[in-house]
Amino acid sequence: MDKKDIEHLAKLSRIEIPEEEKESLSKDLENILGHVGQIQSASASLGRDGEVTGEKTKKTAGKLRNVMREDKNPHEPGIYTEKILKEAPEREGDYVKVKKIL
Amino acid sequence: MKIDLKSLTIKKAHEAMKNGEYTPLELADAYLEVIKEKNDELNIFLEIFNDVPEQAKHAGVMFKNGEAGAMTGIPVGIKDNILFEGHKASAASKILEGYTATYDSTVVRKLREAGAVILGRLNMDEFAMGASTENSAYGPTKNPVDPERVPGGSSGGSAAAVAANMCLASLGSDTAGSIRQPSALCGVVGLKPTYGNVSRSGLIALGSSLDVIGPIAMNVEDVEIVYECIKGEDRMDSTSKPESLYERKEIGKPVIGIPRHFLKMDGVNEKVLENFANAEDKLKTLGYEVKDVQLTNARYAVPAYYIILPAEASANLARFDGVKYGLHVGGENLIEDYSKTRGAGFGPEVKRRILIGAYVLSAGYSDAYYNKATAVRDLIAQDYKDAFKEVDVILTPTTAGPAFKLGEKVNDPVAMYLEDVFTVPANHVGLPAISIPSGTVSVDGKNLPLGVHFVAPHQREDLLLKISKDFLKNA
Repeated sequence: MDKKDIEHLAKLSRIEIPEEEKESLSKDLENILGHVGQIQSASASLGRDGEVTGEKTKKTAGKLRNVMREDKNPHEPGIYTEKILKEAPEREGDYVKVKKIL
Repeated sequence: MKIDLKSLTIKKAHEAMKNGEYTPLELADAYLEVIKEKNDELNIFLEIFNDVPEQAKHAGVMFKNGEAGAMTGIPVGIKDNILFEGHKASAASKILEGYTATYDSTVVRKLREAGAVILGRLNMDEFAMGASTENSAYGPTKNPVDPERVPGGSSGGSAAAVAANMCLASLGSDTAGSIRQPSALCGVVGLKPTYGNVSRSGLIALGSSLDVIGPIAMNVEDVEIVYECIKGEDRMDSTSKPESLYERKEIGKPVIGIPRHFLKMDGVNEKVLENFANAEDKLKTLGYEVKDVQLTNARYAVPAYYIILPAEASANLARFDGVKYGLHVGGENLIEDYSKTRGAGFGPEVKRRILIGAYVLSAGYSDAYYNKATAVRDLIAQDYKDAFKEVDVILTPTTAGPAFKLGEKVNDPVAMYLEDVFTVPANHVGLPAISIPSGTVSVDGKNLPLGVHFVAPHQREDLLLKISKDFLKNA
């Protein structure tokens, strides 16, 4: 993990990182990744359902699933508009205002 | 009149208010006085709500009209990531500075309907990322037992408030141990309910497959009363569960399992093991059967967590962009607006975790990290399932050591992560767990609290509460 990696991740995450923080961040991230990398050695015990390859990991990974509701019966339009827009840094009429996107 | 807050319980306060010994307003004032006296030093409450007198008077009316329930007039504090309409909420982050909640969280709605008096919002690690409350953008909270030490975290303010007699009970949130670890380090009781048993509508999300809201109080009876008030399925939270989701077997006296191999890990304090052995002896004296159990994959719970959590947090925290609410720092274009706002608004630990999240989810790494971690999580769940065929609850210490000094671990993220070692497996599996005080150890002339930690099968909070009452009654 070097300065360039940090810059790439920061770009993906939309977080501006000052130059002087990049070095210490890359060290922190390297330590953290070193620690979490321990799970690689769990592969032996992953063998409970047989050998686990990348593909199999994906299949067995995560029994948790999202529960979704039907997108219906909306509330009456506009009843929360003022409350919510009051929190927006910038608004124009009933819209949240952002800079031009081209 | 002087109310003895140290020995007060929710039940006693209820009886006293019912009998007219004091009013909810007088009780709230007694707590506000303690807060006024101690908060400058301990930094526990970030804000006292200015409508406390109004809330308390409303509770008074409920008593007069005979509508008062167990929680009416009870002064509580809420962690700063729980929304209360018309009141500030910041998750102790600069990025939410100035934000006012636009709706009530379900737990707050339930507390309010019950007539509880919400005194204010409690300090925490920014976005609940941390185990010491030192990551708050508003300064660390200090442990009331020893102000040179941390209260634990991330619900450090919630545990410290109860320990310092600043409220009768509080709400925290628990993603890896954030209710239980600070409860242990402050000498109070903290319950992490089954995943989905308490609605998270209106909780500022951290790790959505792990987060749970739960109560902290001085004793198990109070924790139970608050839990009864806030629990229940909620159509505003699609992950909340009906109470009968899991099969429920009749259990007489719970059989206790201890994963001894897990206690022998590096870094577990000798004094903790000694304290734990005493707790075990006591339970045996009380007639509990104790068996050894194996949780083979529990040792991977912390590393797997620090993959899954950053992944989920990096997605959940994408909403803080300077457009919809909170801080806005302008740049040349919209992308720069995002980057500058997030760069200025997030603290160091939040940045670390978002970057780790982006890394473990990125193409080429997601199999080795994220998918592998979710597979490991399933193995941990299977270990518990197997163990619960033999025993009814699983006992470990809550933490590997007592409260540490401010600054001791703050520059070593990995050392801080290991604070969760005994608590995080329950989050991976969604199991209910409780930390209760198990006495103190003497460190540098100070008696520091420790806790023991019970985990039960899904939706068996009843077992946790029963065995905890038994343990503490015979303290």
